[in-house]
Parts: sequence; structure tokens; C-alpha cells
Amino acid sequence: MDSIKKIISRYKKDRTRLLDILKEAQTVEGKISDQAIEAVAAALKISRAEVEGVISFYHFLSDRPTGKYVIYLNNSITSEMSGREKVALALEKEANCHFGQTSPDGLMTLLETSCIGMNDQEPAAIINGVIFTSLNEEKVKKIAGQMRKNIDVQEMVEEYGDGANQHDLVRAMVKNHIRREGPVIFGDYQTGQAISQVLKLTPEGVIDEIKKANLMGRGGAGFPTGLKWELCRREKSPEHYVVCNADEGEPGTFKDRVLLTERPEMVFEGMVIAGYAVGAKLGILYLRHEYTYLKRYLEYILENMRQNGFLGRKIAGHNFDFEIEIKSGAGAYVCGEESALIESAEGKRGDPRDRPPFPVQNGYLGCPTTVNNVETLATATQILNHGSAWFRAMGTPVSAGTKLLSVSGDCDRPGIYEVEWGLTLNGLLDLVGAKDTLAVQVGGASGQCLSEAGFGRKLCYSDLATGGSIIIFNKTRDIFSIVRNFLDFFIEESCGWCTPCRAGNVLIKNKFEKIVSGLGTASDLAEIEAWGKLIKATSRCGLGQTSPNPVLTTLTNFREVYEKKINKETDFRSEFDLARSVEQACQVTGRKFEEEREDA
Amino acid sequence: MPEKLKFSIDGREGLADQGMTIYEAAKANGVYIPVLCHYEGLKPVGSCRICSVLVNGRWMASCTQPLSEGMVIENNTPQVIEYRRAIIEMLFSEGNHFCPACEKSGNCELQALAYRYSIMVPRFPYQFPQRQIEAYPGFLLEHNRCVQCQRCVRAIQTEDGRKIFAMKNRSKDVRVNVDPKLAAKLSPDQIQKAMDICPVGAILKKEVGFIRPIGQRKYDRQPIGSEIEGKK
Repeated sequence: MDSIKKIISRYKKDRTRLLDILKEAQTVEGKISDQAIEAVAAALKISRAEVEGVISFYHFLSDRPTGKYVIYLNNSITSEMSGREKVALALEKEANCHFGQTSPDGLMTLLETSCIGMNDQEPAAIINGVIFTSLNEEKVKKIAGQMRKNIDVQEMVEEYGDGANQHDLVRAMVKNHIRREGPVIFGDYQTGQAISQVLKLTPEGVIDEIKKANLMGRGGAGFPTGLKWELCRREKSPEHYVVCNADEGEPGTFKDRVLLTERPEMVFEGMVIAGYAVGAKLGILYLRHEYTYLKRYLEYILENMRQNGFLGRKIAGHNFDFEIEIKSGAGAYVCGEESALIESAEGKRGDPRDRPPFPVQNGYLGCPTTVNNVETLATATQILNHGSAWFRAMGTPVSAGTKLLSVSGDCDRPGIYEVEWGLTLNGLLDLVGAKDTLAVQVGGASGQCLSEAGFGRKLCYSDLATGGSIIIFNKTRDIFSIVRNFLDFFIEESCGWCTPCRAGNVLIKNKFEKIVSGLGTASDLAEIEAWGKLIKATSRCGLGQTSPNPVLTTLTNFREVYEKKINKETDFRSEFDLARSVEQACQVTGRKFEEEREDA
Repeated sequence: MPEKLKFSIDGREGLADQGMTIYEAAKANGVYIPVLCHYEGLKPVGSCRICSVLVNGRWMASCTQPLSEGMVIENNTPQVIEYRRAIIEMLFSEGNHFCPACEKSGNCELQALAYRYSIMVPRFPYQFPQRQIEAYPGFLLEHNRCVQCQRCVRAIQTEDGRKIFAMKNRSKDVRVNVDPKLAAKLSPDQIQKAMDICPVGAILKKEVGFIRPIGQRKYDRQPIGSEIEGKK
């Protein structure tokens, strides 16, 4: 208990550090014990029920005992396509327990988790914070053997990935897979140059330049960045904050991981620029828990920037102070939503807030806050380096500049592509070496599933707007498996706050399974569509408002697949299939089942 | 006095004070917008979504959305009523609501809403979730009937702001979690308040069941919302 008390006092009994305190307590004890919960609640002057509420919200916090090695195996659709099931079975065999359990000898705990940002090197897992990629049965056997010998998990990483993945403070087997370097993110760049330029301008001048560049949010929603900064700056408040949203959790996206690995200075510089523009003194990098392996490296980069005068007091010799601190989530997709992210950064459950007021009015600790995506901030740095005219010369008239795409699934070269806005899907499919493509999922689970008819469409804000997740499925793939994976994802990741998202997504999934099992009718198709529209219209945040998209967009683009499944002869069929239900009993008794008929 | 805001709801013109939500503005003008999670005097949280209205073609929760000048609000139109009814039905299919056996029958806002919106049976299959009943010194927590409105979370706190009721888990498993030590210290008045504020029969004060007989209860004589509509 002394160690718990030490952790609490190190964080100065600060309520906003609750997540950090709980995570450290878990590291010490292997779980968050009853006594730890009581101690934390007492010290932070909150109820025990509140602490339990926070623990139960996040994937990576647990009040149940775990094994020495905690294995989180990713269950994204690309993981499934790359042989996840075999890996899962091999893990269960080695651990001698099922997923959701701890092995009898207390060595391993097997858990599932949603997309961990390694879609281009699946199946991937996180074991005690260390990333393992491209797993197969052999590797599982080897890793399990090492666990039995009590080898430290970091020592199990034999080969490091490319670039900064090899850095002493990272030492990860993660690969960058940068396939196409574009002129913005991967263009000419020298750390600090943009900051020096910016500090010669007025904050309004900086906002003006970003506005002229027509920079729009790169996370998916596409809100104009200059306007966001301006709205935030206009709010009167003693403090303003900048938050960099590095909680990329949309299935299939991993570009921010690569950006933070290879261009962290550009991102941090963007935060300093944003801070100057909105009048903030503190920036927070909200790093998704899955990327904790990058944290020490990123802190080292921040320290370097401080040493070189690009962070801290009197930046670049000007009268401007700005600090950046790193805060981490604990595993929750919904925290990518900006108001949920702020709640989480304040150490609470990651429930989204009601809007208005928007974060630019009432954000972190109730102060005006601009929340920007990692790529948006990096792009802002380059706009200030090279000018808005340079930026606008790329892309389309509406969608200026370039976009990082995270490409995964059935293609020869999955990875990161920096392309100009306006590229067609067909153009992209050629670029990445995709053949016999059946479907392309643009924008992750919350985006849309397009069929060949849509491959001529353009990636840009006025057509296919996207945060950059592109998952490719070839003709051997089953549309229903894809939809099922995404629906399960949303059910898992809904915060449960509002009725349509909490209850509705389960109802949609059940109806979907009824249709897939062959028991559906035309009215089921009409109903699932109507229910989907209702959930989209009435849900409280972006998660619920997009959660029926897997069903709705495949119903539009792959209608024939559904039509084939439904029973056209009747307009009513119960979910209950009598013949199937008594099948086993019939086999045992040797009787043959015959359906009773009214006319018999 | 700051200038009043003009708006229209279902074709009726209205005036309301600055800073009011759509729900409050409608109420001030004698128009009832149904709410379940919202409760006078508590910060609105927009969790049930029953108060959803259409404003210039966009859906909004009227309990959290501030009114702005010139809003054209659809409240009693077929599409709004249809969605509202569906959300009420979702709540019925998501939990285990057996009105005839419930202490709160006649005082239950969910039941009253179902009557008001002429719901005979939900369009959604019943989920029959496995839920527990928890017993505390002065009250019972009946999870089968809980609609996750968070009224108790907001209304019942200790003097120094600690929450006796807090949300636990997420998604379909989200539920109200009680702090047992703090709950044991609740006074009979606080427990009565918790029971009264609960829109359904999830929080029940022990030993006072059926004090007011069925037939004489809040919604036995007139539908929910009449008290607002009767004003003008």
C-alpha cells in the first residue's frame, strides 16, 4: 500500500491525473486492488463508485488479477484476414485457457482488443506494453516458451523495424512501411524554422495564413483549422489550451503512429504554433494507450526541443512561453471524439460531452481548447514553412494539399501513402498493387464500404472525405464478415450514454444476424435500414451517428448480397427456426423432424 | 431585460429568454416536449434522446440544445413522433419492464410516455437481459428497470460533491454503480428523493411500497405532459 500512496502523492492528489495513478497502481500490483481503489478515492475526495466507473470504462485497466504477461490480441478485420484465428487458437493452446481468462499457472492473461494501429502488419498484439506484429503459430510458440523462462518481454523483440523504431528509447519491431513520400509531411523540413517565422507574425497573422491555405482537419471531420483557432482565440479566458489528438482508433488507421515515429518535431512544432495562435501556454499530446511504447522517445524529442529553445520559456528568443505534456488514454475508441478526449484527459470516463458548448468555448478544465489531429498540426507547420500559396497549389480547389493514407488489406504494398487530394480510388488501387478488388472501406468502420461502381470517386472533402483509413478487400472476401466485425466493434466501443447507440446497435446486429442466417425477409431489410437511419439521426456523438454505416453503406453498394439471403416467398418469418432448434435432439433420438402444416 | 428570442414550434410562434434550452423555451410557451432523463434543476445530459426535435432539418436534443433566434422547430410532426416512439420502445426492449408488478406503476415516466405515445408493444425484440437487484440498508436498486438516465447520479451526492451513484462499464453493459459505504449513510429523506427522482422503478425505498394506491397516482388521471400543456 505504501507504493500506492507514493504514486498518489507523486501526482499531488490531482483528480485530473486519476488515469495515470490507476495505470501505475496496476503496474505495481498486476491489478487495481480493492485497497488501491479505496486509497485513491479517499485521497482524491471522490467516491469509490466513481473510481470503479473510470476503471470499468477503459480496456487496459482491470480490477481483476492478471497473469504475469497480459496479451491483448487485436481483433480488427485485417487481423482476421491475416490469420488471427490461428494465432488466437495457438495462444489458447499455449496458455491452456480461453480469451478473457488467465492461464491456470498465472503466467498469461488472454484478452481481445480493438484495432491497435498496426493494420499493415497483422495479426498484432500488445504484450505488457510491447508491440508484436505479423504473428503466426510458430511465433506464438516461441514467445510462449520465452514466457515460461520468465524472459522480459522487451528481450523477446529480436529485430527492430525501420527508422526511429530502432531508436534506443523505442526498440520496437513495428515497421513504418512508408510507401510514398509526398511534399508536405515528408517534404523539406528543418525543426524550429516555422516557429521562428511564426513568432515574427501576429497570432492573427498566423491564423490568417492557415485560413488562406484552406487547411481542414485531417482526423476525418474536416473542420477548417484556421476557423477553429480563431474561435478559440476569441474566447475570453485566463487560460487557453492546445490538445493534439493522437488517439487514432478508427479501424485501419495508423498514419499518426508513423508521423509520431518519424516526424514528431513537425507535430510538436505545430502545437507550439497553434499555442501562439490561440494564446495558450500549455499543449497536451493525448497519446492513445496502444502507442505508449513511443512515449519515452517523444519525451526525449520534447527535451531536445527545449534544449534548442523551441519549447519552454522565451521560445526562439521571443516573449512567448509554451510547454507540452503527454497524457495517455487507457483504451477507448470513443476518446478520439474531441470532447470525450478532454474528459479522459481530465482523468474521467471518456464520455462525450453535449455540444454546444464546443471545446473551443469550454474545453480542457473548462477553458477554450483547440483539439487538432496529429497530421493537421504537422501540416500547419509545413504551411508556415512554405506558405499558403505553395500549399494551395496541391490537391483540388476545395481540398488543398496532401493527405496521409493508411492502406491495409488485400494489396501488395500496404502502408503509408502521402497523396494529393483528388486521387481516385482506382488510382490508389493501382498505386498500392491491389488486384481483383471487391470492396474498399474508406474512412474505417465509421466510413463507407464502396463497390467497384464507386472506384472512380475521388478522395477529397467534397466527395470521399476521410481521415485516411483505407482497407481493401479482394473477391475472396465475404461482405458479411466485414460488416459483422465492424458492428461488433461499435457495440464494444459505444460509451453507453445515449439510448439509440447503446440499445440500437445491439438491435441492428441481431437483425443483421437474422438476415445472414437466411431467416430474413424483405421487411427485415426495410427495418434494418430504418433503424440505422434513426440511430444516425438521434445519437449524441459522432460514434453513434456513424455506427450503422457498415450496414447502411453495404445495403446501398452490395444490395444483391443481402437480397440473395432473404426469403422472398413470405413477408414474415420469425427469428426462431424450429427445424434448426430441434436438430440436435432429433439426431440423439433418431427421429426425423417434420414441420407441421395447417393443411396436414 | 435582454431581448427575447423569437422561434416557432410546429407552426406556433413563441418568445423565450436568452439562454433557455429548446425544451425550456417550449415549456414556457405551453408546449410539451417529452423528456425522460431531464429533471428540473439538474444539469441536462441528453442521454435518453426522447426529446429529439427537428430544427431546420437537423436533429437536436431539446434538453441540451440552447435556443437561438429564429429556430423553426418540429415537435409534433409524424417523423419526430415516429422516432420518439422508437426510442421509447428501445428502452422497453433493452430492459425488463413488467409494469403490473412494479411499485412505480402509475408514477413511472417511462410507462406514462408509452401511454401518451400509444405504444402497444415494441417493434424491437425483447432482449431479456440478465440483471440483478441490489439491496442497500434503506433502498433497493432494481437494475432490470433502470434506463441509465443518470438522474440519481446527478441529484444524490454527498455534501462535498462525492457521487453515491456513478456509471460503471460501457455500451450495453453500462449500469448505475453504488458506493456502498456512502449509500449506507443516506438519510430517509435522501432515499425518498432518490426514489422520487428516478423516472422508473429502479430505486425503491424499503418498507413504504404502495403507500399511495394504484388509481390515485400521478399519471393515472391525466397523461404526462398535461401539466405543461394546461398552462396556456
